Amino acid sequence: MFFDHFNYWIFVILLMIGLYTVMSRSNLIKKMIGLSIFQIAVFLFYISLGKIEDGTAPILLEGDGVIYSNPLPHVLILTAIVVGVATTALGLALIVRIKESFGTIDEDEILLQEEDK
Amino acid sequence: MEEFTDIFLMLLLIAGTLGVLYVSNLFVATMLLGAVSLIVALIFVTLDAVDVAFTEAAVGAGISTVLYLGTLAMVGSKEKTRSKKSPLPLLVSLAVGGLLIYATLDLPVIGSPDTPVQTSRLTDRFINVSPNEIGVPNMVTSVLASYRGFDTFGEVTVIFTAGIAVLMILRQRHTRREEEPIENPTNPDQKGSLHDIVPHVVSKLLIPFILLFGLYVQFHGDFGPGGGFQAGVIFAAGFILYSLVFGLDNLKQLISARFVEFLLAAGVLLYGGVGVVSMLMGANFLDYNVLGSTPVAGQHLGILLVELGVGITVTAAMLAIFFGFAGRPDEIEDSNGH
Repeated sequence: MFFDHFNYWIFVILLMIGLYTVMSRSNLIKKMIGLSIFQIAVFLFYISLGKIEDGTAPILLEGDGVIYSNPLPHVLILTAIVVGVATTALGLALIVRIKESFGTIDEDEILLQEEDK
Repeated sequence: MEEFTDIFLMLLLIAGTLGVLYVSNLFVATMLLGAVSLIVALIFVTLDAVDVAFTEAAVGAGISTVLYLGTLAMVGSKEKTRSKKSPLPLLVSLAVGGLLIYATLDLPVIGSPDTPVQTSRLTDRFINVSPNEIGVPNMVTSVLASYRGFDTFGEVTVIFTAGIAVLMILRQRHTRREEEPIENPTNPDQKGSLHDIVPHVVSKLLIPFILLFGLYVQFHGDFGPGGGFQAGVIFAAGFILYSLVFGLDNLKQLISARFVEFLLAAGVLLYGGVGVVSMLMGANFLDYNVLGSTPVAGQHLGILLVELGVGITVTAAMLAIFFGFAGRPDEIEDSNGH
């Protein structure tokens, strides 16, 4: 019973760490890193749904009776990873601009500057 | 043994992410995130997702680490600790986690063959019919480029858009409200570490093989793990390594920023063009059956061209983004000097 869901629980803990990082840290880069961790948890969950017992990678082998894992989650996550790095780059570019116009990338300090205006 | 590997990797993963969370030096956090990505890639291998593992290793441990480091060079790496601490984030995370763990109790055991994912009609089609229908041994490639070709077209467009957006944001001349000079951690004299002979020699030896490997991954993606996404990232990594060791200016002489922008659009156009050609030949958008003398030959040609389009756009997007980040400190210096 315990090990049946062990992997899922690890993914949930990973997701919690990511969510906690995003909410509790005021540094914008740390928030982006938190988002990445959150994202990794979702990727792992999807891929483990495609796994089948005694299966192998979904690349055709000679012979009958080979069990293949489901290729569909692999396709979805493969593209999601590359899209993920493109959107991360967008977020980092915005952080660079924020640093240039506020002089800081700390959320609390930025909010203070906005209140002072 | 398998359980042992699994548990070991999972615990390493949690330890790595906790390290990322608690370390206050952002350089260390970035390096740890790269290590976490490698562990995740290993876990993907144990879950039979070799294509995904490939992508994660190239993207997570390679490109995204470079992007984070490029950003840190501009914004500084010290994380300030928050003065006011609130218990709310911890409570919310625990509540979400508790709900999800409650939900996992209803999930099937990992690997069981009678889940809806494994018994769906689509799964049967992808695994049992696609080798004859598409004629490509790697099922991930046939699903990616043929069955779900339209979806992948959308993903490539997202990458294209993100590349354009990064260029637009970082090209703007910056205007600072206070006139304080920005401390610039990269010393221009040492840019590209011109004095380090070991990285020079090693990377000169490595770069041709990295590019060759990129080409192999691109064109062997039908038969083994690989394809346009992975090849694009590996190719870009080769050029980025060149730039890191020999300086950005040398890379810009090799491929100009304008050419990269041209490639960025060319890949998407090639992908869409294949779809338009198949429409002109009387089939649906991105239906490759009509492209060749037999449906299987048409699928082969279609997948080859589409993957090439993906590879070109991903390479160009990663390079454009890198140019944007790496070129930024120069512009800051220029506008401060005037």
